[in-house]
Amino acid sequence: MLIRAKVNGEWREADVWPGSNLLYVLREEMELPGSKNACEQGECGSCSVWLDGELVCSCLVLAAQAQGREVRTVEGLAGTDQLHPVQRAFVEAGAVQCGFCTPGLIVAVTDLLERDPAPSEPVVREALSGNLCRCTGYVKILDAVWLAAERMREGAS
Amino acid sequence: MDVLLAQTLDEALEMKAANPEALPIAGGTDVMVELNFDLRRPEVMIDICRLPELRAWGREDGAFFLGAGMTYARIMRELADLTPLAQASRTVGSPQIRNRGTVGGNLGTGSPAGDALPVLAAYDAEIVLASASRTRTLRWDEFHVGPKKTALEPEELILGARWRSVRGPGSFSKIGTRNAMVISVVGLCLVMDEDARAVRVALGSVGPTVLRASDAEAFVAEALERSGTWDEPAADLAADAMEGFAERVAAAARPIDDVRGSAAYRRHGCSVLARRALGWALASRREGIRT
Repeated sequence: MLIRAKVNGEWREADVWPGSNLLYVLREEMELPGSKNACEQGECGSCSVWLDGELVCSCLVLAAQAQGREVRTVEGLAGTDQLHPVQRAFVEAGAVQCGFCTPGLIVAVTDLLERDPAPSEPVVREALSGNLCRCTGYVKILDAVWLAAERMREGAS
Repeated sequence: MDVLLAQTLDEALEMKAANPEALPIAGGTDVMVELNFDLRRPEVMIDICRLPELRAWGREDGAFFLGAGMTYARIMRELADLTPLAQASRTVGSPQIRNRGTVGGNLGTGSPAGDALPVLAAYDAEIVLASASRTRTLRWDEFHVGPKKTALEPEELILGARWRSVRGPGSFSKIGTRNAMVISVVGLCLVMDEDARAVRVALGSVGPTVLRASDAEAFVAEALERSGTWDEPAADLAADAMEGFAERVAAAARPIDDVRGSAAYRRHGCSVLARRALGWALASRREGIRT
């Protein structure tokens, strides 16, 4: 089945088995391996992307359902020579250990801060409740959220 | 495998009539897990996530219609005044899951742990089903006939749920191991119907289907009558009535032992949630909040 979707601003095509999920198409057919494949059941959030602007687990989207839609992945965040403020904050706060959960968390944090530039801690914890990290214990991830939020507010003003 | 992309309800119903065995997919939060783990290989799937008829909700003649394609995120944003439904939606999965998962999925999957289902049961909802040739409705307890078993005919799609709007406070509460990404061990919806002077209690995850606690409902309605609380919200319920209510709610459960909890724990959980839910409802009546 030929799938055509606007991925990170560019129309892309892939000819795949119709039962494929969107994550497979991004990683294996479109050379976008940033989104990670871990649980394949929506538990871990490591495959988080935006579908028409909404945060979703790409492993739970049937690729055919992305037909004609806009997909934004973690690869779409950084500029050509500069990291996105959320990516930079993760590096500087030490929020990355093994790194497997990082792309999903970066996407989820960016989704939150684009909607709510100054979230409270309960709001942050709720917004990230669908992203599992087995290394950090989340403390430094929260530090990265505060750092990124501050920088994005400064950048916007 | 073929995936058919339906753009309108009529188109989807024609596709279903031509392919009665086709598996509909909307948010995919249940269906895709089965596909990803090779538990299911349907020959035909019909994508119904874009049908405007399913993504709608509305009020008419004292009734409320909730389209099967309403996601939990939209319910939280757009239907916050339906307190128990919004509260149940808030407990589903994670933000990612709530952005995709739909009430129609809870209905179609038919797990007794579906968080929206006790709310639909407490609302006395009817489930609206359509095929290319007819539309029909079934009461919620006629629709779910066993664990993951529904009365849906092969050529039918679930359009949504409809219920008579209820005046009175209500809540949904749930027991699980954490506050997110949790399949409920016990779920309870309590709705007070001020006009009928009735209390409705529905239980999830403690039986083969969602269950109503009818004895407990009748018991507490009568106790509220005796204490004069229906007319005077400040009048206290008799001391033993709360306990009697909680015991009867627990007795209505038909739980089993499984990986998420023992039958005994689930039954105990029913009585705890029953006490809390009735306490919240009576408190909001005292404070004059009529949700």
